[in-house]
Amino acid sequence: MRNLVVVGYGPAAHRLVETLVDRGFDGRITVIGEEPRPAYDRVALTSYLSGTSAEDLTYAVPPGVVTRLGSRVTAIDRAAGQVVTTTGREPYDVLVLATGSAPFVPPVPGAEHAFVYRTIEDLDAIRVAAKDAAEGVVVGGGLLGLEAADALRSLGLRTHIVEMSPWLMPRQVDEGGGAVLKSHIEGLGLRVHAGAGVAEVVHAGGRVTGLRKPDGTLLDAQVVVFSAGIRPRDELARAAGLAVGERGGVVVDAAMRTSDPAIYAVGECALVEGMIYGLVGPCNTMAEVAADRITGGSARFTGADLSTKLKLLGVEVAQFGAMSGALDVTYMDPVGGVYKKLFISDDARTLLGGICVGDAAPYAALRPFVGKELPAAPSDLLFSGAGAALDLPDEAQVCSCNNVCAGEVRAAVADRGVTDVPGVKACTRAGTTCGSCVPLLKQLLEKSGVEVSKSLCEHFAYSRAELFDIVRVRGITTFSELISQHGQGRGCDICKPAVASILASLHNGHVLDGERAALQDTNDHFLANLQKNGTYSVVPRIPGGEITPDKLIVIGEVARDFGLYTKITGGQRIDLFGARVEQLPEIWRRLVAAGFESGHAYGKALRTVKSCVGSTWCRYGVQDSVGLAIALELRYRGLRSPHKLKSAVSGCARECAEARSKDFGVIATEQGWNLYVGGNGGFKPRHADLLATDLSTDDLVRTIDRFLMFYVRTADRLQRTAAWLESLDGGLDYLREVIMNDALGICADLDAQMEQHVATYADEWRATLDDPEKLSRFVSFVNAPGVPDPSIVFGSERGQIRPVVAR
Amino acid sequence: MSWTQVCDYTVMLPERGVCALVDGEQVALFRTHDGEVYAVGNRDPFSGAYVLSRGIVGTRKDEPTVASPLHKQVFSLVSGVCLDEEAVSVPVHRVRVRDGLVEVSLSSRL
Repeated sequence: MRNLVVVGYGPAAHRLVETLVDRGFDGRITVIGEEPRPAYDRVALTSYLSGTSAEDLTYAVPPGVVTRLGSRVTAIDRAAGQVVTTTGREPYDVLVLATGSAPFVPPVPGAEHAFVYRTIEDLDAIRVAAKDAAEGVVVGGGLLGLEAADALRSLGLRTHIVEMSPWLMPRQVDEGGGAVLKSHIEGLGLRVHAGAGVAEVVHAGGRVTGLRKPDGTLLDAQVVVFSAGIRPRDELARAAGLAVGERGGVVVDAAMRTSDPAIYAVGECALVEGMIYGLVGPCNTMAEVAADRITGGSARFTGADLSTKLKLLGVEVAQFGAMSGALDVTYMDPVGGVYKKLFISDDARTLLGGICVGDAAPYAALRPFVGKELPAAPSDLLFSGAGAALDLPDEAQVCSCNNVCAGEVRAAVADRGVTDVPGVKACTRAGTTCGSCVPLLKQLLEKSGVEVSKSLCEHFAYSRAELFDIVRVRGITTFSELISQHGQGRGCDICKPAVASILASLHNGHVLDGERAALQDTNDHFLANLQKNGTYSVVPRIPGGEITPDKLIVIGEVARDFGLYTKITGGQRIDLFGARVEQLPEIWRRLVAAGFESGHAYGKALRTVKSCVGSTWCRYGVQDSVGLAIALELRYRGLRSPHKLKSAVSGCARECAEARSKDFGVIATEQGWNLYVGGNGGFKPRHADLLATDLSTDDLVRTIDRFLMFYVRTADRLQRTAAWLESLDGGLDYLREVIMNDALGICADLDAQMEQHVATYADEWRATLDDPEKLSRFVSFVNAPGVPDPSIVFGSERGQIRPVVAR
Repeated sequence: MSWTQVCDYTVMLPERGVCALVDGEQVALFRTHDGEVYAVGNRDPFSGAYVLSRGIVGTRKDEPTVASPLHKQVFSLVSGVCLDEEAVSVPVHRVRVRDGLVEVSLSSRL
């Protein structure tokens, strides 16, 4: 039996052992890593600071692989065929060096007080230091530097970026692209110092106080992070007498073999044809080549496509093929922050490469055409979407997140009868991660003869779910931004409220803030429900339907003093009708003073969580249904969604709360709670389906969190959960896979999104009462604020008012 | 032609309406995204309720519009014609901005 030892446990080592195990390698595999955990996703490292746990980032150790974590190799004894560690020796027949790289720290005074940005431990240290800091500097404006800057910004620091080159990301973009990138980043409040070096990290008493540039200027900062390139970790190879490059790196051939045929090197420590590769793609390829060779294959590493597409600080940046050419065509929109450039051969026929900043749509469509004849006029190719109309070759990648090619999508249509985008997603996983390729998928479907139109309205050629992904992935915060970049015209009563709802779901904040006020339907605009005569009704929240006599009296007094018609609703609340717009603030001042909050009866949002009286009083009840209903209502209050959301909790199987007629209903069992989803009354009644049984309260809440967020993300406009569930490909089983078994790997995201919602909820009415500007809109007549609308007339019926509309 | 001052231009939110009472007549005023101001009758002819000023402002084929907040019929802000049912329309009033003030002149009543 052969012993294979891997030194280093980063992503390249992981890919190597994973490939070996997949191929049935019959020897013993030992991986020695100096970090305290197995390999983890460094590309997603920044998400660690926004709540993704180290466990979530960490790759599973493939079965049968022995790991030595937190262990450092000090030497390679080639003569004995052993590696020497701090604790002993490990014999090898085949050795693979996957020692990676170390961040380059320039030898300036004080550099020892600065941080680097590579490992989870680095991030922990930065997070601790940021607690007492107000400002931070990142040295390095490349890909990693911008990630580090994003991290400092997310930790609340005023952040500077110092880059030696005259512009940011010099390896990916040219000067013009760099300028657009800079304006994006400065628009986020970061300061960019390009063409600047570092003279000194200034510190006093062990604490960093700033960074001095060579021209003498001082940037105040309590945290300094170096992210200015990498140096291959070749010290073990060097000491063992293996060939290394002049500027570092373990020299390997196309089979990834070092100068000792028993030793391979892969990843960032390997020097192939004079090149060190710092991107995950080529490093994975090297690992696969080495695994192939070790198992008797003849694969070769022949260089790598260094094309990059990524999103940093909310800005899309992409580069593919060459970064120069005899001819170039540039599209530049400094207002929209978009820069796109194509490089073309001197006969204007062959595409050589391209650069995109602010909109990377051409990347997916055009990268397959590098080195080939231009598929259309360059000016057409530069507009997003235009590229998607091309006849893509089968091998062209359409979804870079899940590595899906055009041919796979076509096969799904031809062989598996897929007819729509959700079908393509289910079949190929294309479009399930960032969603930016969905328009391309649509095009492919259309070209395959499938009729697709999910356009929201004449202003947007996208469905609500697609718009949601665009807003989420591109970090869009305003309707104007969305429609100017992804739509046409100025919107309508269909798309504006839909986008308002998306923005509210994603960013919370007040629905009447800034431009968002103009997007709202009149109900949301006046935070009340418009009735047939132009008056409004008011529904204070009564969580779980539980209310004290004192609060009940306040509602009665308010209704009496303002002459409102009063009715009990089906959701265990009280609706007060007949209020004129100018009365709404006065009514709410009284209600808020008595401790009431908005009930969101006017919004596409959570309405009510109804309950039966439960085990506290009922002789049949097995759980406290009222307590749970109140907790759920308070948790999800204010959550904006594609349509209204109703819920109920029953304390026993007798089901007095009618939970199975709700979007999500909970029924108590002896052991816990059963969760039902996708029910509604209304036009087409539907009983909710049983999603999970005997859940603990914590598991129940987590499952509902994910159910709601997945619905909010993917449903169509005005699609209740019942219709959504029925249209979901794979139905209830698929839903269970996604939200209970994390089949799409999005649960952490859904959880974080709900946590953010819960943490940022604020009562809309209280906030409105505190804001004179918002209050000033609550008038019937702008030129006569005190005058009531004379067209509003009431008659009377059964002792209360009723509207009279003159025809 | 007589003009009535109704409010500061800055009071009007872009892409939103306000209602003004001019000689007892309810006038719905709208400011569009390009800064233009339009005025139509506030009465929704379908329901009889005085609510058009509270509708959502938008465009249909580049024509500025407002949708009734009650049942969503869309009216042209330029012609007052209901684009979903062209036999129905609302009156259009003259409107201008002078020295930062919005002024309305009622169209003659038929």
